[in-house]
Amino acid sequence: MDLALSIFFQVLVDGIVLGFMYALIALGYTMVYGVLEFINFAHSEIFVVGAFVGVEILLGLEASGSLAAIHPAFVLLLVLLAGMVVSGLAAMGLERVAYRPLRRAPRLVPLISAIGASFFLQDFIRLVESLWRNSFYLTYPSLPALEKNLAFGAAVDVPVKSVLVIATALVMLLALYLFVNRTKIGLAIRAVAQDPDTASLMGIPVNRTIALTFFVGGAMGGAAGVLFGLHYSLISPYSGFVPGLKAFTAAVLGGIGNIPGAVLGGIVLGLMEAFAASYLSILTGGAFGAEYKDVFAFAALILILIFRPKGLLGEKVREEGV
Amino acid sequence: MKKQKGNKQFWILDCRFWIKSKIKNLKSKIGSGTAGWFLSIGLIGYIGLTCALVLYFPQSVLAFLLFEASLLLIYYVPLSRRTKLAFAAIVLIALMPVLGVVNGYYLEVAIQVGIFVALALGLNIVVGFVGLLNLGFVAFYAIGAYLWAIFGSPQANQFLPGGYFPLAPAWFFAFLLLSIVIGALTGALLGLPVLRLRGDYLAIVTLGFAEVVRALVNNLDKPINLTNGPRGITPIQRPPLFFGSLLETFGLQLDAAALYPLYFYFLVLVMALVVILVTRRLENSPVGRAWKAVREDEIAAAAMGIPVVRMKLLAFAVGASFASAIGVLFAAKQVFINPESFTFMESIGVLAMVILGGMGSVPGAILGATAVTILNLQLLKGLSLWLNALRQSGIVIFLPLLGSYDLTQIPAQFEPAKYERMIFGLILMLMMIFRPQGILPPRRQSRGGSTGSPSRGKSREN
Repeated sequence: MDLALSIFFQVLVDGIVLGFMYALIALGYTMVYGVLEFINFAHSEIFVVGAFVGVEILLGLEASGSLAAIHPAFVLLLVLLAGMVVSGLAAMGLERVAYRPLRRAPRLVPLISAIGASFFLQDFIRLVESLWRNSFYLTYPSLPALEKNLAFGAAVDVPVKSVLVIATALVMLLALYLFVNRTKIGLAIRAVAQDPDTASLMGIPVNRTIALTFFVGGAMGGAAGVLFGLHYSLISPYSGFVPGLKAFTAAVLGGIGNIPGAVLGGIVLGLMEAFAASYLSILTGGAFGAEYKDVFAFAALILILIFRPKGLLGEKVREEGV
Repeated sequence: MKKQKGNKQFWILDCRFWIKSKIKNLKSKIGSGTAGWFLSIGLIGYIGLTCALVLYFPQSVLAFLLFEASLLLIYYVPLSRRTKLAFAAIVLIALMPVLGVVNGYYLEVAIQVGIFVALALGLNIVVGFVGLLNLGFVAFYAIGAYLWAIFGSPQANQFLPGGYFPLAPAWFFAFLLLSIVIGALTGALLGLPVLRLRGDYLAIVTLGFAEVVRALVNNLDKPINLTNGPRGITPIQRPPLFFGSLLETFGLQLDAAALYPLYFYFLVLVMALVVILVTRRLENSPVGRAWKAVREDEIAAAAMGIPVVRMKLLAFAVGASFASAIGVLFAAKQVFINPESFTFMESIGVLAMVILGGMGSVPGAILGATAVTILNLQLLKGLSLWLNALRQSGIVIFLPLLGSYDLTQIPAQFEPAKYERMIFGLILMLMMIFRPQGILPPRRQSRGGSTGSPSRGKSREN
């Protein structure tokens, strides 16, 4: 049990980091679902786009020799902003091309289109990187400023990377909360989510608002992608699938369409996964190891959808035919 | 911009009318008999020509594609049903094996096509007939494959005492039947809790289920070694050559290595035919009509006295049993299986086949499976080989205005054969946007109703 206690804080921090990452991705799912009642399956690839934009900029800076010369804070800000803007634009383009023509179609039609878009984007990123760098598994260059640890008390060492992820995610979540709840545009988004037809009668440009929702959700996903790359280093065009599915689980867990719910769901899921990964083998005497953490997440998804589809914080789930 | 688009569409419509009128003309001429003979002779000519092409150029992808297209031609030619079936039988039973002996890879392609046809038909029942999006279809395929892999190899000795394993090859057929039962049971077991979920949630849950199955298969090498984990299981028993003695009495030499591909080809052919027949019969049965009623309008179907949940369960079970039976065959054919063969991509591939052909259409599913498999196995691979040849040729192309490009500079990581996902994705996206009813939409036997696609019929209610 000594081991169990000594790693507890480490696991807690890992879980929270993972949780905020899931929360940022889950926002994209939940905002789009809130507005269009549709699972944007390709959101996981928007996340990967962010990660690749980040790595391309960092590699470019490294190649030109200016990575060490610029203050790391500026580098981080630049990478985050670029990742957000490109991912947001990619999400908007996706909506325009693959979803808008299908808005009046039965529910499964845009979902299938989204799955197609997801697969297409995975290989598209692979194609671009294969032609550009002759490799599609890329590693983030290490930033010396991020490799240090911050000591809290005697037992707990928190890597700067983790602090960065948590701090950035908190700032962005707060900004998003204020944006949706305190601005006119946010009001428009909420109005379209409630009733697109009435909103349009009130003079809200519905198409533009939906596009904007995709941009904001995509930007959050892009930021998560950059943070993912900074934290875990290795990325590939296919590294979005599992985090995407888990973030969707988080969105459903918190109550899909509900922004605070997505954050709560993300953190619950992240903690659950981190503890399952570290403690399963201790608790079962080595019979089941960390490799079952994915099983836990997906089993959680199935159980939530079956027993409480409205999630922890959600109120409304409309029951209707396919 | 808009106007151009309109004109283009009209142009396509004109073309369609033209073709339709031609076909009508032809059909009326067939009554007189002479046109039918001409068509048959033309068909025989085409088949003979492409056959000869394949025989003369055994390595040419194009020749084999032309030969494969003869089946499509047979389907489209306006001849009597019996004549068409006779032609198809000759191509599939006599010509295909001969060409397969010339180039073994063609037989492999044909076997894969057969496997995917059966899988696509299974998924077509769930997605096409009942309108339930099942994204975890490959899980049932995996269950069937592992069922035979575990007991048809020494693997089962790891957790069962007595050393009875691998089972004798003849057990293969027993497991084929058993897998139908097990597949149906797991399908129903998964269906039971999830079928009351709404369409898109159902899709995600089935996806989660498939991922759980794959993770379990991947990790159940400890504490008890059930599946041997990512290393996979080998060697798996192949079905017995029960006709061996028969062939020997005819004085034929037995060479297992050459015989097995042919044997599997005919096994797959028989299984695919059984699946096609069963699906056809189901489609036109009261069960099939109930399925379609559930797809069109669940509430109305329930009001008409159709047991909606039981019908959905049945569809899940039937689809799953097809997949799991094909899985047994797949395991026996491959001799080696591991979890890599049962990824989410496979599910989406089968879905792309169904969507391409047309949801709810049996000929569509067959066409979709054939087209996508050939695209993956032949065209993309062919493109890869061609690129490799270009790379090694060292030719430098001079393009006007763009300058020169050294072909050895084509990045080695760029391999068209690896871009299956892009193909699947493009098929799904483009079909949903431009032709959601598929290439061969199901014929609807409605009286005076619309002939549109099932999925376009009902718009989303808000």
